[in-house]
Amino acid sequence: MSTYTPHTPSEIRSMLDTVGVKSLEDLYSGFEDLWTKNLNLPPGKSQMEVIRFFTELASQNKLFGSIFRGAGAYCHYIPSVIKSLVSREEFVTAYTPYQAEMSQGILQSIFEFQSMIADLTGMQVSNASLYDGSTALADAILMLREKKKNKVLLSSALHPRSLEVIKTYLTPLGIQIELIALEEGKTSISDLTAKLTEDVFAVAIAQTNYLGIIENAADIGQKVKANKSGFVMSVEPFACSFLKTPAACGADVVTGEGQPLGMPLSFGGPYLGFIGTTEKLTRKIPGRIVGKTHDASGKDAYVLTLQAREQHIRREKASSSICSNQAHCALTAAIYMAYAGKEGMRQVAVQSLSKAHYLAQEITRLPGFELQYKSEFFNEFVIKSQIPADIIINACAQENILAGLKLGEYQTLWCATEVNTREDIQKLIDVLKQIKA
Amino acid sequence: MKTIFEKSVPGRQALSLPECDVPLYQLSPELLREKPLRFPEVAEIDLVRHYTALSKRAYGVDDGFYPLGSCTMKYNPKLNEEAANLPGFTGIHPLQEQKTLQGALKLMYTLGAKLAEITGMDQITLQPAAGAHGEYTALQLIRAYHLDHGNPQRNKIIVPDSAHGTNPASAAMNDYITVNIPSGPDGCVDLEALKAAVGEDTAALMLTNPNTVGIFDKNIRQIAQIVHDAGGLLYYDGANLNPIMGLIRPGDMGYDVVHLNLHKTFSTPHGGGGPGSGPVGCKAALAPYLPGPIVTEKDGVYSLTPGGDKSIGTVKTFYGNFLVMIKALAYIETLGAEGIRLAAQLAALNANYMMARLKGHFPAYSSDICMHEFVISCEKLKEEVGITALDFAKALIDRGIHPPTIYFPLIVHEALMFEPTETESKQTLDQACDTILELLREAKADPAAFKQHPVKMPIGRPDEVTAARKPILVYTPASS
Repeated sequence: MSTYTPHTPSEIRSMLDTVGVKSLEDLYSGFEDLWTKNLNLPPGKSQMEVIRFFTELASQNKLFGSIFRGAGAYCHYIPSVIKSLVSREEFVTAYTPYQAEMSQGILQSIFEFQSMIADLTGMQVSNASLYDGSTALADAILMLREKKKNKVLLSSALHPRSLEVIKTYLTPLGIQIELIALEEGKTSISDLTAKLTEDVFAVAIAQTNYLGIIENAADIGQKVKANKSGFVMSVEPFACSFLKTPAACGADVVTGEGQPLGMPLSFGGPYLGFIGTTEKLTRKIPGRIVGKTHDASGKDAYVLTLQAREQHIRREKASSSICSNQAHCALTAAIYMAYAGKEGMRQVAVQSLSKAHYLAQEITRLPGFELQYKSEFFNEFVIKSQIPADIIINACAQENILAGLKLGEYQTLWCATEVNTREDIQKLIDVLKQIKA
Repeated sequence: MKTIFEKSVPGRQALSLPECDVPLYQLSPELLREKPLRFPEVAEIDLVRHYTALSKRAYGVDDGFYPLGSCTMKYNPKLNEEAANLPGFTGIHPLQEQKTLQGALKLMYTLGAKLAEITGMDQITLQPAAGAHGEYTALQLIRAYHLDHGNPQRNKIIVPDSAHGTNPASAAMNDYITVNIPSGPDGCVDLEALKAAVGEDTAALMLTNPNTVGIFDKNIRQIAQIVHDAGGLLYYDGANLNPIMGLIRPGDMGYDVVHLNLHKTFSTPHGGGGPGSGPVGCKAALAPYLPGPIVTEKDGVYSLTPGGDKSIGTVKTFYGNFLVMIKALAYIETLGAEGIRLAAQLAALNANYMMARLKGHFPAYSSDICMHEFVISCEKLKEEVGITALDFAKALIDRGIHPPTIYFPLIVHEALMFEPTETESKQTLDQACDTILELLREAKADPAAFKQHPVKMPIGRPDEVTAARKPILVYTPASS
């Protein structure tokens, strides 16, 4: 057992003397009656036993040899340099950079992160990060809230868990939510037009959407703007580096899940919510923002800024209660984006796109498998099969392959990225063939 | 220091991918990005040097003393990092079939059960990503509870004026009206003010105990009684749990719902501002409203069980900051019952020791025994020589000590709030106290020079006014 405390018994005695009490228990005098008699926890363990315990737990999870599942969590190659740099203790063990003079490294890294997110989304400003893609989307909608309007329209092809999070966030505020139907897996422009009434303050879509499909974001943006509503886009970062920018589609707020940018799958977290928006909406952004300024001698300096929006200053009038965010994940993403660089981002996007299309082509060459939707996709797509999804998933699992995600009894959502090789895909196809036989 | 953008050289690239082994697919041009990215173009060595240089301009617990009040900057054990980095944890997809995830589910179940035991609560959700997110989630539970019991008029949250800013902000996010009540001089709840504030419109009282002045509010059971008699619920802000963890349980004090900060009390690192983890625990009466899914166990098989009909929904895409949970469980497994209780007591000892050494020299906010933290004030120093809490903080920076929290709690003028935590040695505390007293003498002797601090850092005091008035939030190349 270790408590990670350095005190020797004689030091404890001497410190108690200075304080003027006889024992550690005396520090709690006057409320001894509240002490719990019997804390039902096992005794402590040595470090060796602890790591053994976790190694054993980790071994009870299955690590797949190849993964063809995305649906909000993506398997991309993570360069060694990223893990090495983000493990530096100064980054890991620091608190939020309140004291600018001794935190310039962290503040500058956030400033650079904000700059890359703004560039990626085509927007003017960004922040230090939000909890994840779903909470970022809910926050974005709330930024656009207007006094006289009380409704939001959400694409039915947002991630289902994001839809749930948004609902959780908006319900207590009495905001009405309506879903926009899909056509061929895309947000229906005719349904959108029909539902765009005067009381709609925001419309949110995902690009690419949950079904992997590329939305007609610019057309949607145009309709939304014509109705004087706010337009929110939740983007997949690689798709965003490759497709028409949200800014060009008329987005007011852009959010996304940053996990693909250098974060491992990690059973769903910690991940990274990012946000980009217009200069006009800057003061409505929730959470930490880093700005560039200078010191008295004119040297560049970075600080947490626009704090008048935040909980520690504004209390109940703050734009959000967010305090700790996902700063270390933002650092990871910043290093990843700088590592990939201008061309590398595009190369990962192109390879993911190409592998997904090859995968789709190979699967649909098999009898009894077809694409559910005709619309263009990026690196995910839905397959409709004559074989039940459960059977496909089980057969693949036996060959150490994580198949697409079951969406319906005969529907699966597949994903490919730069890490899936042609050989992996061939192996998968062989498994699928076997089931047929 | 130059930004990574200024180190960019056109044509450089660190990432190398294998040749694409499938035919390249082309999207129709009108779908494509209209302008190229302006991401940096750097070689791997450029990148490594840049971020290594940045790391040297940062300061963590591993670098030295970090007595930042209310933040519990204790040592972050390396063992925990190793556990969280096991491929069996980092490599699993959140949407794998549950039979392939039994280790992860068991881990979450075990952690939940231990946190329930430590807090005296019946059920735990591990979903919230941070403390404020936990507060937000807990207030949703409170709201759902009152609505379900036919009390939509309970729309007010009572918060003492000494509370953390996240409390009223989280209340506002749930459309609650915040009622601020004054604290007594020791930061404790003024019982008369509380009695006057509670009523049929009370949803809950949000209260941290020990409070933000570091004092344990001995009237807690009476407070609980007052709130419960009025039909309200009692909410525990877990930011200050450290000095009582394992010793006194919020559930036994009369609290109905709590949030914890695994990145404070349970030793997981802060990462420069997250990821944290803010589990919420509640009594059985509130359990039906918890966000789903929750890990359940039957005959040794663990499952993700969706929230029931009364669940508030979900507050995160997946199940929470899983890797952070691993680190917290590693901490609890290592310390065990006795270790946790000893750590709590040594946290209180360290704070009291520092306070005892400093209180004759500064007005201490309370001369009582404190818990995890204590507050002293620079008010007198400001009156005498014009040196403020901010000046004092900046001087500490030059001496290699991370400053305490300043200007908080709001009820103390020119506050310096120290939380040394249990992992600091007597030598570190002595050295810090000696330095603080030395600085006090320097401040009085030459206040003008004192106001120049810091002078040993890469920058002097930044111009924050300009930063806020003319915000520069992203890099723009000099040419454009």
